[in-house]
Amino acid sequence: MNKRRTAAGASILMAGVLVTAGCGAGGPAAAGGDFTDDKVVLALLNDASGVYKDVSGPNSKIAIQMAIDDYQEKYGDEAVVEDIEVTSADHQNEPDIANTKAQELYDREGADVILDVPTSSAALAVATQAKNKKKLYMNIGAGTTELTGGQCNKYTFHYAYDTWMLANGTGTVVTEEGDKNWQLIYPDYAFGQDMVKSFTGAIEAGGGKVAGTIATPFPNDNFATYITKAGAAKPQVIGTMHAGGDLINLVKQYNDSGLKDQGIDLAVGLMFISDIHSLGVEAFEGTIFTDAWYWNLDEKSREWADRFMEETGDRPTYAHAGNYSAALQYLEAVQAAGTDDADKVVAELEGKKVEDMFLRNGEIRAEDHRVIHDVYLARVKGPDDVKEDWDYEEIIKTIPAEEAFRPAAESGCSM
Amino acid sequence: MNAVLQYTVQGLAAGSFYALAALGLAVIFGVLGVVNFAHGAFYMLGAVAAAVLLDTVGMSLWLALIVVPLLMLVFGMLVERLLVQWLLPLDPLYNLLLTFGLTLLLVDLVKRRYGVSGLPYERPEALSGRVQLGGVGLPVYQLFVIGVALLVCLGVWLLMTRTRVGMIVRAATERPELAGALGINVGRWVTPVFGFGVALAGLAGVLAAPFRAITAEMGSDFIIILFAVVVIGGLGSIVGAVVGGFLVGLVEAFGQAYAPTFAQVLIFVLMAVVVLARPAGLFGREEATA
Repeated sequence: MNKRRTAAGASILMAGVLVTAGCGAGGPAAAGGDFTDDKVVLALLNDASGVYKDVSGPNSKIAIQMAIDDYQEKYGDEAVVEDIEVTSADHQNEPDIANTKAQELYDREGADVILDVPTSSAALAVATQAKNKKKLYMNIGAGTTELTGGQCNKYTFHYAYDTWMLANGTGTVVTEEGDKNWQLIYPDYAFGQDMVKSFTGAIEAGGGKVAGTIATPFPNDNFATYITKAGAAKPQVIGTMHAGGDLINLVKQYNDSGLKDQGIDLAVGLMFISDIHSLGVEAFEGTIFTDAWYWNLDEKSREWADRFMEETGDRPTYAHAGNYSAALQYLEAVQAAGTDDADKVVAELEGKKVEDMFLRNGEIRAEDHRVIHDVYLARVKGPDDVKEDWDYEEIIKTIPAEEAFRPAAESGCSM
Repeated sequence: MNAVLQYTVQGLAAGSFYALAALGLAVIFGVLGVVNFAHGAFYMLGAVAAAVLLDTVGMSLWLALIVVPLLMLVFGMLVERLLVQWLLPLDPLYNLLLTFGLTLLLVDLVKRRYGVSGLPYERPEALSGRVQLGGVGLPVYQLFVIGVALLVCLGVWLLMTRTRVGMIVRAATERPELAGALGINVGRWVTPVFGFGVALAGLAGVLAAPFRAITAEMGSDFIIILFAVVVIGGLGSIVGAVVGGFLVGLVEAFGQAYAPTFAQVLIFVLMAVVVLARPAGLFGREEATA
């Protein structure tokens, strides 16, 4: 009896929610004019509490606000829209939550563009919503090449990095520099498998070979035996595709294993400066990885990083810088189009050559919506070379934009 | 052969963390009848405390190995006095829920304060490097972990079998009614025993600090393996917890070496086999688990 009453209550509640959602959907569209609701809403959807919080998280909202400030300062009275808002939501790295939140943001909060969305499966869910709702989505945090490949669409753009770019940078360059014999250790889920595929392709293209791959559970805290096993095959380099806490576990245990003394290098597939900051440079010294951007690259990036540090107390990762750039380029396109109408903004963005604090030799490719730009191969400094906090990276090579990303012809994207 | 030696050391090192923590879980279950779900969070707190003390007051690992377990002892006793004791007369499920809730709370508080990327930890120079043994270099730190774990387990075993306190605790574990009938005040030992169990989890955490990622989530997976350990060893059995801990460590290491994809599954296969053959676990007594 009691249970039945509860169930009835729940269904009434659910119906209420549906009705509200329906109303919300009608709202913004009814407003008319060049701008829906007479304002532009930028929505940040990312991990606000879990493993990717430090990589992007709430600090990206500050980065987006900086882009809004810069836009308003640049155009002043000339700006086509005065009222620009930024809103945010936590997707907890769950594709189903990301899916619901994306609908809420587009429909109820009147978001004109969703930014970021780490975790590939969550990003693909948001891309689908962007396509359905005909609203923009600019991905920064997720790495899957599917976003600009088989599952690309007119309203989705991919910023910063992807698995092809990481493999091409680290895999190819490390191989070409002489480490031809690889062992790969990867977490046994979509991202890890995708990375192994990309890395194997890049290593073989560079004239090397992958002698073995080892799948590990995810998450995992004990890698000692996996590392011994990979080392027993006497490779020249071990490539790890782990991220976050797993990566830290693996690096600590690699340093303990003595493989470094035997000349077996460690190459890391995906790493953010926040990882180095948390574990310390000693642990990562000499590790080579591909970086989409580094705060201490030059005067321009440094100036922005100083502003970011004033606001947050930390130096930015490339995800923070990517969110800034994506928000800024979106607003520039709105300015050029004179409206927040998605189709017109997309038309402005497509094929545009861009140069900003984050994008060097940047271009928003029209064919697959991959945003290409120069990327960097970095080596982690030794403790003696670190001159200030967060001064962890030595850029050993700049990979030009045209070579850094998968060629549009190979993307398999048709919009 | 060399590889087998390496895997054995790695297995025993991983097993050391399990054995120490499971020992704490076992004494708590034995005396209070509480399945302490927060044990993983206490392990995490031990590691975080070591990292924070190193960062703020420069406390070395050596000192942390003593100070942090003492802090955790006090913390555990507070948790028992303030929270756990009120639910003891009720269904054990309530304390399971309480400690589960406590886990969520502690993990989130640590995340809020120290972020999610983890904390750095530098081990003392003396514990870095490797010793050569039979042609392979074995990491000094892993050997050190095994040594500490064995010493502590031996100490606890002596405490339990050779002292009056131990006798009372064992009596309270195995025949609480009988112990009470003989005039032993079992209740007096509940708080210190809970604190002691928590301190052991904290000690495992300190030992893990130089070797594993120190993050708010580090206890979340650990606790699952830990439950497998106590089920294999026998709930509430002290010897069972230690043997189970090292056994699971070895299974994990050799699983990783020879069947990497199944390494974690193997632990649970072992658990299922043990439960089928001996429902009370390797060292558990049928009545004790009823």
